[in-house]
Amino acid sequence: MLDRLSFPQPWLSLTLFVTWQFLSDGLSGGSVVLGLILAWGIPQMTRGFWPDRPAVLRGWRAPAYALRVLWDIIVASVEVAKLILSPRKPRPMFICYPLELDHPLAISILVSTISLTPGTVGADVSDDNKLILIHSLDAEDEQEIIDTIRARYEKPLLEMFR
Amino acid sequence: MSTFAEYAISALLLVGGAFTLIGAIGLARLPDFYTRLHGPTKATTVGVGAIVVSSVIYFSTLGRGIGVEEILITAFLFMTAPVSANFLAKAAMHLEVKTTENTRGQTWDQ
Repeated sequence: MLDRLSFPQPWLSLTLFVTWQFLSDGLSGGSVVLGLILAWGIPQMTRGFWPDRPAVLRGWRAPAYALRVLWDIIVASVEVAKLILSPRKPRPMFICYPLELDHPLAISILVSTISLTPGTVGADVSDDNKLILIHSLDAEDEQEIIDTIRARYEKPLLEMFR
Repeated sequence: MSTFAEYAISALLLVGGAFTLIGAIGLARLPDFYTRLHGPTKATTVGVGAIVVSSVIYFSTLGRGIGVEEILITAFLFMTAPVSANFLAKAAMHLEVKTTENTRGQTWDQ
């Protein structure tokens, strides 16, 4: 019974609590109580879904990665917008991307990045976590896209999750 | 409010509106399900991003501090958009939705 009252992921609980205080209009008794309930309940409910912590997590590399992704989103959005407005037809392609990452959290960050940057959507991850299926809106060359993702996104993530 | 802030807010709103519109046009114009999937993910990222930044500038020039809510909206959008795109693509593969004839490469069957 007592372990039910614990916080299995203190950082997640803290993030949930603080986020709830910002979402509710100002700090009040009610928001603190509800924030505490959420900070306790959500980690308990999602316990089974979280992967183990990676051995080494270099969190200070995250802001540089986020800035790079933001910049790429802006540049690639303009390209997709041009393609949509131009009369020529897109050249869609399914691409199998061989993964070097093996941590589940790192893979989900990589797939989310691929989906957020315009022009590519991460469609599926293979059951053995070795391949990603990517749908590209307008691809010229399969290898070129694989190399770009490898150099720009997977290498920094490999540095972050060792 | 300063003139500069007004111009910045107007420009960001126009950019955001334009990208959201282009995303909608893409949804209508692109040839098959998988290519249409690119429309909504694009509109949410840059379109909503620009509108949210203009909202942050507007409320901070009114002197109510930086809007944390807007930043949270962006964070939630950036976390949920890829997941929904992924689910849609998986459902389409499961149903074996047709692709346009010039699509290269294969979907999976697992």
